Amino acid sequence: MALFDQFVSLAEAYRGLQSRPYNPFDIAFDAILSPTEARLQGRQILLLGTNNYLGLTHDPTVIAAAVEATREFGSGTTGSRIANGSYAGHRALERALADFYGRRHAMVFTTGYQANLGILSAIAGKNDHLILDADSHASIYDGARLGLAPVTRFRHNDADDLARRLRRLASLPGDKFIVVEGIYSMLGDTAPLRELVEVKRQWNAYLVVDEAHSLGVLGASGRGLAEAAGVESDVDFIVGTFSKSLGGVGGFCVSDVEGFEVLRIASRPYMFTASLPPAVIAATAAALRQLRMRPELRHRLTEHARRLHQGLADAGFELGPEPNPIVSAIMPSPEAAFALWTRLLEAGLYTNVSLPPATPKGLALLRSSVSAAHTRDEIDAAIAMFAEAGRAVGVIAPARASTAGGAT
Amino acid sequence: MNDPIREAVYEALRAATGGSVALSDDTRIMGELGLTSVAVLDFVLEIEDRLDIAIPLDRVAGVETIGDLVAKVSEIKREG
Repeated sequence: MALFDQFVSLAEAYRGLQSRPYNPFDIAFDAILSPTEARLQGRQILLLGTNNYLGLTHDPTVIAAAVEATREFGSGTTGSRIANGSYAGHRALERALADFYGRRHAMVFTTGYQANLGILSAIAGKNDHLILDADSHASIYDGARLGLAPVTRFRHNDADDLARRLRRLASLPGDKFIVVEGIYSMLGDTAPLRELVEVKRQWNAYLVVDEAHSLGVLGASGRGLAEAAGVESDVDFIVGTFSKSLGGVGGFCVSDVEGFEVLRIASRPYMFTASLPPAVIAATAAALRQLRMRPELRHRLTEHARRLHQGLADAGFELGPEPNPIVSAIMPSPEAAFALWTRLLEAGLYTNVSLPPATPKGLALLRSSVSAAHTRDEIDAAIAMFAEAGRAVGVIAPARASTAGGAT
Repeated sequence: MNDPIREAVYEALRAATGGSVALSDDTRIMGELGLTSVAVLDFVLEIEDRLDIAIPLDRVAGVETIGDLVAKVSEIKREG
């Protein structure tokens, strides 16, 4: 068997995409002009697929903090925090996150992916149990696999199903850890956190919530779904990322659980990787200050999310169930998703294609994400482009005016 | 086929594939049935419910054929 034979069918599918004018999984922008505009092959493109929820990537205070930290501390840390030492900024950012969440402990990881790897692999030992929402992100599955605890799943967002599965595990020794997300990244739906908390209490389990897509998006202070649902004190571990609303890269976990700090010398994805560079740490701290000081960003984001969701629904697209900043149009097939994505890009709008196994239930998705930095006109322009392209590629019905009097 | 575990596995597989494929113990679950990795995980949920057991994912990760799966689930059921 030749090397990479196991990927033959994957490679074949990918070759098919490379023969197209644009490959959704291999796009390289020439320039990023703002949080909402880029240049691609000489053309200006409106960005509607960045996860840049608050538009803070180009905030002047964020950029200034990154520049200053680079001048003062250099371009990188050239090592891990355990072996080569933390910089003042790492600790300051951890204190800022603990303060924001009102928790005793905060740990920063080099990516959001590694935050899930580092936490899930370390909190549950071989005699414990991890119970994951079926639609969890790959980083949750991979983190669960990295540890020694047995892993089972429950049906997406189904508290009764979770209770059934905890009952089956009840006679086994060990702690039970339930893992869910605030906003699910594929369809943009939220977890029914109050119901899940009821089950968690009933079965005396721990609860981990990944707020990657809900930090800065939900809750009166932007802390995420746990804040919005009023159940923060029932969430034992909150995991999140800096790469979405905070416009950087990196991940974190905050907790009040006694003994949490031991993870710094027990969690391998924390210990055996280079720490975040000074620029990223300083920029993230500055972005967190903006997130806290400017709730209007979150309000504008919510307004845009509702506008896009409503606009696409009115145009006839089948969408994810909730008007959150991720707005996913459900496509009849991967081919339809590619066709719509290409047509939109040709019209000047960048979105994302999401396919199984990243998506639940084998769905093909044309996925958008809005930003507080969009203008209302840009959202309206995006809706118009969607309607035109959707009709052109046949994923929505022709406009009513053109079919007046015709058969349905 | 009086083995309830075998019956549960076959029934769940028939439901997952729409009953369109002939199934035997030698059938390869991912290759021949065209189930994606996620569909296989969802199908494990079904078997857990039909047999009222918990099947840890690492225990079925190496399973290739329907026969292997029946054997593995039987083993877990005996332990429980």
